[in-house]
Amino acid sequence: MKSVVANYMISRKWLLLALVILLILLPFVLSDFRVNLLGRYLAFAILVIGLDLLWGYMGVLSLGHGIFFGLGAYIMGIHLKMEASSGGLPDFMMWSGMTELPWFWTVLQHPVIAILAGIIVPMIIAVILGFFTFRNRIQDVYFTILTQALVMVTVTLLISRQDVTGGTNGLTGFSTIFGFSLSDPATQRVIYYVTLGCLVIILLICSRLINSLFGKALIAIRDGENRLRFSGYDTSMFKVLVFTISAGIAGLAGMLFVMQVGIISPTQIGIIPSIEMILWVAIGGRGTLIGPVIGAILTNSAKTFFSESYPDIWLYFLGAVFVIVVIFLPGGLMSLGKKLKRRNSNEKGQTNSKADYSAS
Amino acid sequence: MKKGKKTEHTRLIAGFIGLVCFLLMLTACGDGGEAASDQAEAQMHPSETGEEVNIDESEQIPVGILHSLSGTMAMSETSVYEAEMLAIKEINEAGGVLGKELVPIVEDGASEPNIFSERAAKLLQQDEVDVIFGGWTSASRKAMLPVVEDNNGLLFYPVQYEGMEASPNIFYAGAAPNQQIVPAVDWLLENEGTEFFLLGSDYVFPRVANQIIKAQLEENGAALVDEQYTPLGHTDYNTVISRIRESEPEVIFNTLNGDSNVAFFKQLADAGITSDDVTVLSVSVAEEEIRGIGADVLAGHYASWNYYQTTDTPENEEFVAKYKEAYGDDRVTGDPIEAGYFMVHLWAQAVEAAGTTEVDAVREAAAIEFNAPGGPVVIDSDNQHVYKTVRIGEVGEDGQFTEVWNSDEPVKPDPFLEEYDWASDISGTLAGE
Repeated sequence: MKSVVANYMISRKWLLLALVILLILLPFVLSDFRVNLLGRYLAFAILVIGLDLLWGYMGVLSLGHGIFFGLGAYIMGIHLKMEASSGGLPDFMMWSGMTELPWFWTVLQHPVIAILAGIIVPMIIAVILGFFTFRNRIQDVYFTILTQALVMVTVTLLISRQDVTGGTNGLTGFSTIFGFSLSDPATQRVIYYVTLGCLVIILLICSRLINSLFGKALIAIRDGENRLRFSGYDTSMFKVLVFTISAGIAGLAGMLFVMQVGIISPTQIGIIPSIEMILWVAIGGRGTLIGPVIGAILTNSAKTFFSESYPDIWLYFLGAVFVIVVIFLPGGLMSLGKKLKRRNSNEKGQTNSKADYSAS
Repeated sequence: MKKGKKTEHTRLIAGFIGLVCFLLMLTACGDGGEAASDQAEAQMHPSETGEEVNIDESEQIPVGILHSLSGTMAMSETSVYEAEMLAIKEINEAGGVLGKELVPIVEDGASEPNIFSERAAKLLQQDEVDVIFGGWTSASRKAMLPVVEDNNGLLFYPVQYEGMEASPNIFYAGAAPNQQIVPAVDWLLENEGTEFFLLGSDYVFPRVANQIIKAQLEENGAALVDEQYTPLGHTDYNTVISRIRESEPEVIFNTLNGDSNVAFFKQLADAGITSDDVTVLSVSVAEEEIRGIGADVLAGHYASWNYYQTTDTPENEEFVAKYKEAYGDDRVTGDPIEAGYFMVHLWAQAVEAAGTTEVDAVREAAAIEFNAPGGPVVIDSDNQHVYKTVRIGEVGEDGQFTEVWNSDEPVKPDPFLEEYDWASDISGTLAGE
């Protein structure tokens, strides 16, 4: 059994290596537009790593990660908008009758502060949220519903404070980032590689975490929280911590996303996008880290591909793919190999799927 | 040990299959495919052309069409998309532009601003179109604006909007505030009363529109009794209706958008408030929406637009007949549909005049007059909006409008309301740029 696990890990390492090499090489063969799209998918891929820690390993389902993604994106968006309007009032504030910049806009003018805030602010919010929910033992579906409600609250807040957030239009019309033109393909390529770099670093850090004792505790929380609690562990603090880490990762993803898309609006962080994020994890294979990354990239590529080829009916194709994956591959794309193997092997009942999840 | 190797093996294979699929998908998106569907086919099934069109530059001109074909806006935008396809078909039947055939490349904006921005970039960079016809919501236009400016493309935008914008890369075929809102308020003050209740969905158009209206009311010494905003898609108007009862306005100026209109008008009728008690003037309710709301609850209320299906011009008779023939007898036309139709023709004529589809040349040549279904339209070369006739219509029992007032001649577009002293606070800073 031990060698199975070891080999399994090795193969996953190879898969990661192949993926990274592929992603490094792709910009040389793809057009600027495609590279830019791929960069956005990589930003999503970063986000799902955090979600996978939370859901795949610890079993806490958050349908509210749009909030943290959005916070990061809005913070970077504000910074970029300030650069574009060179310190003056952005256009939408003028129509809304604002005469002075709100304090947080002024603060975020500084690039270093903006980057730090994009990660730290989501983390602070997550600590506060996590503390009050997990401490009070709000669990499972109740937690999930709560996160969903928070998404609604956030979106409503963003829309109703049009004077400082841009309302439904969101923030758009950026020109430069740290002095470099955003429309320049070279800048976009640099951002692409920065995103890829962040993805690899986060992936490595998280797999380290998972393979440590800390990771074992997470899996233990998923599979038997009470047992762990009775053994003297403070499980709620673990939950707060992981929730916070995943929020920080989501914030980072949001920042990288907005640099490449050039717009952030409430529709991108609302209920549907928050659910979609969970879908990417499920399609890739939860509890595998690399699976959700592949899931995010593949699902978004498929979305673009279908939408371009069949603008009228693309949603049906996408829906069909989701249904097929959920029915035939409940463990996600990463369980594909296992499925094939099981079909080939004559031996029966050696492992159940739960044990496989944790075998990483 | 053997077993372990096998696991590794299958894992790798699985991973590889995944990667290969991914690569295939990207290349499929990337090179535009090779299946050159025959041209007649492409015309018959424009929606399927997507990426699979190979453009023969000597005989064809690609044009981008970018509307929401899915999501909440699909209901409204699909009609505009169809009107644009109709115009393209007409142009092609008449010999095309510069002797070349127009090939529409259709993309779905999915009612999401970021998708609009992404698809616009795809059309301009990947498909190398020079012009995009598309958009409906202000959010979608704002999302496409930086994209068309950065790539020097042209966007033709078909819907009335809040003004305060004039991008050199956008042609605005819908009404600016002074071609819809301002004359409507003047007309209401003269004919219906001076106590206004402002009701709108919570986004940029109603907010800016109401700022303009408030300034105008103040200028005319009229009273604002209440101002209410509800989220987009809101359907419970009991609170708003009881506020209406309390404040007893003479006029409700309605800037609600989409589904909310259905709920609001039905509940208003259920509450026993009819057009005799209070006049509602809407700026986002056209023939298409009346079909959804029901003519019975809307009868007697007003709308302000630049075109109605009943507008009496020879061009309109022909347009309505063609539209019904193409898409069904039960279909109705309306202002944005007409704008979508004539803006394609305007662009085609500008290209003919310029002798090229090249953006700067087309912009130079764009001050062109066209006899649109709603009357003659001319592009104003100062701000790239369109001169349009303003029309106020009353909803009849049959769901069609009866025109009660019009501006006699096309009104010069004034997106920043520079001609109006009372609006200087709103537009001052922006217009000064």
